[in-house]
Amino acid sequence: MPLRRPRAAIMLLGALAFLLLVGGCQASRAGIYPYNWGIFWDSLLRPSPRIVNGIWLTVSIAITSQIIGVILGVFGALGRLAKFWPARIAANIYVWIFRGTPLLVQITFLYYGLLVTRIYGWPDITVLGITLPSAIQAGIFALGVNEGAYMTEIVRAGILSVDPGQLEAARSLGMTYPLAMRRIVLPQAARVIVPPLGNEFNNMLKTTSLLVVIAVPELYVTFEQLNGSGSSQFHPFELFLACACWFLLLTTIWSIIQAFIERRVGRGYGGERPPGIFDRLFGARLRRAFDPSQVSGGR
Amino acid sequence: MSDERTVEDQRHHKPHDLLQAIGGVPMPAGDVVVESTDVQKYFGRLHVLKGVNLTVKRRETVVVIGASGSGKTTFLRCINHLEKIQGGRIVVNGHLIGYRESDGKLAEDRERNIARQRMDIGMVFQRFNLFPHMTALENIMEAPIRVRGIPETDARATAEALLERVGLAVKRDAYPAQLSGGQQQRVAIARALAMKPALMLFDEPTSALDPEMIGEVLAVMEELAHEGMTMVVVSHEMGFAREAADRVVFMDDGVILEEGEPNALFASPQNPRTKEFLSKIL
Repeated sequence: MPLRRPRAAIMLLGALAFLLLVGGCQASRAGIYPYNWGIFWDSLLRPSPRIVNGIWLTVSIAITSQIIGVILGVFGALGRLAKFWPARIAANIYVWIFRGTPLLVQITFLYYGLLVTRIYGWPDITVLGITLPSAIQAGIFALGVNEGAYMTEIVRAGILSVDPGQLEAARSLGMTYPLAMRRIVLPQAARVIVPPLGNEFNNMLKTTSLLVVIAVPELYVTFEQLNGSGSSQFHPFELFLACACWFLLLTTIWSIIQAFIERRVGRGYGGERPPGIFDRLFGARLRRAFDPSQVSGGR
Repeated sequence: MSDERTVEDQRHHKPHDLLQAIGGVPMPAGDVVVESTDVQKYFGRLHVLKGVNLTVKRRETVVVIGASGSGKTTFLRCINHLEKIQGGRIVVNGHLIGYRESDGKLAEDRERNIARQRMDIGMVFQRFNLFPHMTALENIMEAPIRVRGIPETDARATAEALLERVGLAVKRDAYPAQLSGGQQQRVAIARALAMKPALMLFDEPTSALDPEMIGEVLAVMEELAHEGMTMVVVSHEMGFAREAADRVVFMDDGVILEEGEPNALFASPQNPRTKEFLSKIL
């Protein structure tokens, strides 16, 4: 017999399987591994200041790096599309290098490589009363510059998606190229840029964990340290499950914000609007399964 | 219910006092607004303009006709330097367009200077090219505020006056996607007029429109012509040419073959090519 709501059924089955797994762990395998679910729930519901600090670091490093990436991406894209050939070459080399080498290598090279040779020692910088340690600076820089290379391609595709007639109309009104880009072309390109940008930021939140190699105490590193010493030592199952839950919470909050932003930049355009938060998490079919009166798309 | 009434109002709307909304006919420096001499243009190896000579006087409306590929749209785009030219010169309002002259040689002008010259040349495109992320009102206000540096309240007043005169006061907050083609083109005309240009260029302004919308756009253009705006119009609307044009110019294969007062040219074309073209479209 075909299911009337296949999606909902699958979701329910998945949730059930997870509960069974957790329950099974508790009951049958207690002899092999000393489960301590207190560690799991405590680090989720009553996070220690170390964990809170790790979350804060992850979020702030991700946001700062992404902003740097977007700015570099806009300039990279303008460079790649420039008539002035040295700008084109420079932008191409930048993208070539930073997309063509592993991020892990970039992070280690930019921090340790520049540090030991005294090319750049990453001295502490104090911004608004907060002192940024050298590793965090290097981490933000490496993530931002790497992200910029990917954003260059995304922004370039966005600019190319805008009808050339828009630039002509702007210029025929007496706008210079920079003004036309800023007021006319980029806002329209944003519509195409924002969805992949959202995915990039989602990745960025998770990629911060690579900063483990330069010992930045962000979310993942915090949990690794908790696993390595102290009262919760050697409880990787509970600790990293909790760590995963924290990352999942961060990316989920972000996807809600992303849905809001996409609807905002889509204004003025007819046709189907980007899916809302619920659809994004659970799929439009599930929503329709619960609320058959609602028609997809809206508007 | 009130919606129905406004639709009815718009249908019977006759544009009037368009130029009053921007403070009368913008005055160019001299009596000659456009003077093009021996304009040459290549697309790669293709020789598209083979020496175009055209003079447009103040308050004159010139309609350019010709088969597709004759270079008429390209020539229009050269007038505000959307296309570079490889020979000859175009002078608008006494300024050489797009180039600087030094030691008898022409070099392409700086971006900023070209932009300044374009401020006084309005252009209306075949595909409207309204800014889709802005409302009708914002489309019209954008350039006066950002380019001319006019205070927002003044720009808004002008924009509202223009929208009212093209019969779209009720659509001020609509986005282009919510407007019909004819409505979009009328907003596009208002947007160009808001810069108070001394010259208006129209690039086949009705050829992307459904037939029932052509009239509303032509009505605005006819009104503009009668009020004394200087206009160069690339169009195949012979009715408009008869009604509003002071002169019709026939282009063929990159040159102007014939020009004259519309009724005379349509009635008794001299050149055989003109005759052949007119017999096809009249």
